[in-house]
Amino acid sequence: MTTVTTRSPSPRATGRTKRPASDGGIGRYILIRFLLIIPTIFILVSMVFWLMRTTGDPITAALGGRLGPEQLAERIQAAGYDRPIFVQYVEYLGQIFTGNFGTTISTNRPVSEVLLTYGVATAELVFYALLVAFIVGIPLGMVAAYWRDKPTDASLRVFAILCYATPVFFSGLLFKLVFAVWLDVLPVSGRASTSSELQMQLLPYSTGFYTIDAIMTGNPEVLADVLEHAILPALALGLLTAGVFLRLVRTNVIGTLGTDYVDAARSRGVSEFRLVRKHAYRPALIPIITVIGLQIALLLGGAVLTETTFEWKGLGFMLSEFLKARDFVAVQGIVALLAVIVALTNFIVDIIAALIDPRVRY
Amino acid sequence: MTALESPPSVHKHTWWSRLPVVHQLRQSVGLQRGMLVAGLIITAVFVLTAIVAPVLAPYGFSQLRDADGAFGAQQPPGGSHLLGTTVGGYDVLSRVIWGAQTALFVIIVAVVLSIFAGVLLGLVSGYFGGWLDRILVVVSDAVYAFPSLLLAIVMSIVISGGKSNLIGGVLAAAISITVVFIPQYFRVIRAETVRIKAEAYVESARVLGAGSARIMFRHVFRNATRTLPLIFTLNASEAILTLAGLGFLGFGIEPTAAAEWGYDLNKAVSDVTSGIWWTSLFPGLAIVLAVLGMTLVGESLNDLADPRLRGRRAVGQAAGIVAQTSVVPGGTLVAGPGGLGGLEGPATHPTDGLEDRP
Repeated sequence: MTTVTTRSPSPRATGRTKRPASDGGIGRYILIRFLLIIPTIFILVSMVFWLMRTTGDPITAALGGRLGPEQLAERIQAAGYDRPIFVQYVEYLGQIFTGNFGTTISTNRPVSEVLLTYGVATAELVFYALLVAFIVGIPLGMVAAYWRDKPTDASLRVFAILCYATPVFFSGLLFKLVFAVWLDVLPVSGRASTSSELQMQLLPYSTGFYTIDAIMTGNPEVLADVLEHAILPALALGLLTAGVFLRLVRTNVIGTLGTDYVDAARSRGVSEFRLVRKHAYRPALIPIITVIGLQIALLLGGAVLTETTFEWKGLGFMLSEFLKARDFVAVQGIVALLAVIVALTNFIVDIIAALIDPRVRY
Repeated sequence: MTALESPPSVHKHTWWSRLPVVHQLRQSVGLQRGMLVAGLIITAVFVLTAIVAPVLAPYGFSQLRDADGAFGAQQPPGGSHLLGTTVGGYDVLSRVIWGAQTALFVIIVAVVLSIFAGVLLGLVSGYFGGWLDRILVVVSDAVYAFPSLLLAIVMSIVISGGKSNLIGGVLAAAISITVVFIPQYFRVIRAETVRIKAEAYVESARVLGAGSARIMFRHVFRNATRTLPLIFTLNASEAILTLAGLGFLGFGIEPTAAAEWGYDLNKAVSDVTSGIWWTSLFPGLAIVLAVLGMTLVGESLNDLADPRLRGRRAVGQAAGIVAQTSVVPGGTLVAGPGGLGGLEGPATHPTDGLEDRP
């Protein structure tokens, strides 16, 4: 029972009761899994709320040095921070439920607006990073598995470990140094150059997703500019995850390469390439997909650092700005939103895993 | 599903060969052994550097001037400053060396605290079960899924209010990291406890009248800790990355309190744009090397614990059908800064045709 409530199914838990497959279809599984998101989000949001409140009220934290005690008290009363904390907590939960994350103290904007504006930029970065991770990680993982324990495998494994051992901000700085400063072929930072941003602002409506906006301007130079800006951040963040994918694909393909049906396929004369690509890789997909869900958390954490390194104006960049300004209302909002995203991603991943492998739905 | 050890061999093992790492070192072959040895050497160098930092470093970590006057800012490598000076006028080499000490200190505090809390919670939760167990599992899963860096940021705001002073800064960083790690130990120990609880020897102990505490600590705990050395090495490397990440975002330790690699990299961001490479390259390399060493050790231990991944010679052709024994499916690299992804986690695949899920 307990394992059903966990986010990822735990193989070692007890209480294993084999039910016939007919018991509960995919619809029921999706419903139960969806309902289980609620406690996860609830716990995280509550935890962040209580932790942040132990430091005192947000107004004093943000403006404590700058305003006199009377003004401070006035602002605190206006914002309702002088009421009992439990009342504030219930109110906060209610607000989040309606999508209201409060108002930032430093810039006096609704947090939800900040989230929307900058969240898109982060989504774009994470998308490109995942692309890099797939393109680099998955084929190399298959190569490493096929030439297992050979020099190719050894060097790929060291590469994977290096990917993981290098903090994104360090690899980011190195990329900047080499490609942007010494070779001077790519821009140093930002999401686009000023002229491109101006052109995109002229659009009747913009998505905030710069690649799409750039295509809508119909100007190939703008698109090239946007893509150039994305290369280094995407590489820095993508390589971090690529190492994980490489490891994961390698381990799982090694597992499936040793099975009887692969031997059977080989004896039927299936080409080695096809053997790895189809017969060994396909069954290895499920654990890979499950772990990709966990990678979203890693990617979002990495995005904070990558965005700070490259001044990529997304949620992570804003988060570090708000941290500097000690604007804890905004910080709380961003953290709460990220909690929701992580929970939703895990939900989607579990559903995909269940669709592929019926045994996941117990 | 168990057995970290190879089947009982004919020759007797001496006591030291049963120590966690020594055992695996003997067990390993070829490439695996190379990786383990390389990792152990790098880690040893890191630890030694940390210990003898006061002797090794030419200057203090917050020293700005010596008898000849101020060091000057952003001096290129060479002369009396082998690796140059930072934008703040510190000696890069000295800060890199002293940084090892800070990192080691944070690792030790963070890992010891989280093992203590995580193991205790895992044992109690797994052993007694019931509603407490359910709540703890849900909470730990929620925390576990969350980006660890963000959690560490929130914790460091709570602990030090985002500011950092002397030892307080180091402790704040360590405790922030601890909170992130507790769910990992909790999950592993709880899963092991639940499994061991059903073993016959626990039954017999209970029949003999042993109390819950005795069973938990004597029978269950001793058998549930086989994976701890592995998680320890993984967490140690993750602790360095989290510490550096915190420092890079400005939540680290003040330069006058201790040397911290992440902080130095933060200060080096603007240097890079003007082509100054030595302020970022060396602290960064220090992080990479320290993490690399410990990850190599952790990864080797993980592979050796998993018969499917152990060197072919060591396991022979008979491996055939084995249950998943690796604590980290997919290998240790799943443990990124985002957490030990999939500890006990996303489980097995149908290689052996055995249903390994509940």
